[in-house]
Amino acid sequence: MMTANEIRNTIVNGLPCDHVEVLGDDGQHFEAVIVSPQFTGKSRIQQHQLVYLALGDRMRSEIHALSMRTFAPDAWVESAT
Amino acid sequence: MNVQENIHRQVTTNSVVLYMKGTPQFPQCGFSGATVQILKACGVQEYTAVNVLVDPDIRDGIKAYANWPTIPQLYINGEFVGGADIVREMYEQGELQKLIDSSAGR
Repeated sequence: MMTANEIRNTIVNGLPCDHVEVLGDDGQHFEAVIVSPQFTGKSRIQQHQLVYLALGDRMRSEIHALSMRTFAPDAWVESAT
Repeated sequence: MNVQENIHRQVTTNSVVLYMKGTPQFPQCGFSGATVQILKACGVQEYTAVNVLVDPDIRDGIKAYANWPTIPQLYINGEFVGGADIVREMYEQGELQKLIDSSAGR
């Protein structure tokens, strides 16, 4: 069973991120906000695919439900204002 | 016909296709259920719902087809639109409605 912190670390290890926040304490359902310069110029689908790539096999085997929002750094700044 | 060809035919011959767990009447996963509700809110009366729980080949095959490891998956006019999070985000920002309105069959 994974913790939110393990998911966070797995994402950070596989994808350069400015900001990652993972919430969820039941070991099954998680919510993540991910800000990465790699997302710039990419579609939402491509952004999520990059996160799935960083999570690798864990996404298929260990993580039951991960809901995420992804932002390129400039979109993230806009969303905060 | 192999699974990939089968999926390709499914998404290109139907204007809106949702691969989900369970059925629109009885979704078996919160993300699938939420996506059904969003399609309903967008006024989509008729769409093709594929219950991946009754077809293990499609369940695995659809993940490879879009290089996307999760279900639900929404397709409009043969294009992969996204999973539950993206569909919700597009709905909230009015993009999904535009896409549906501009799709064939409406």
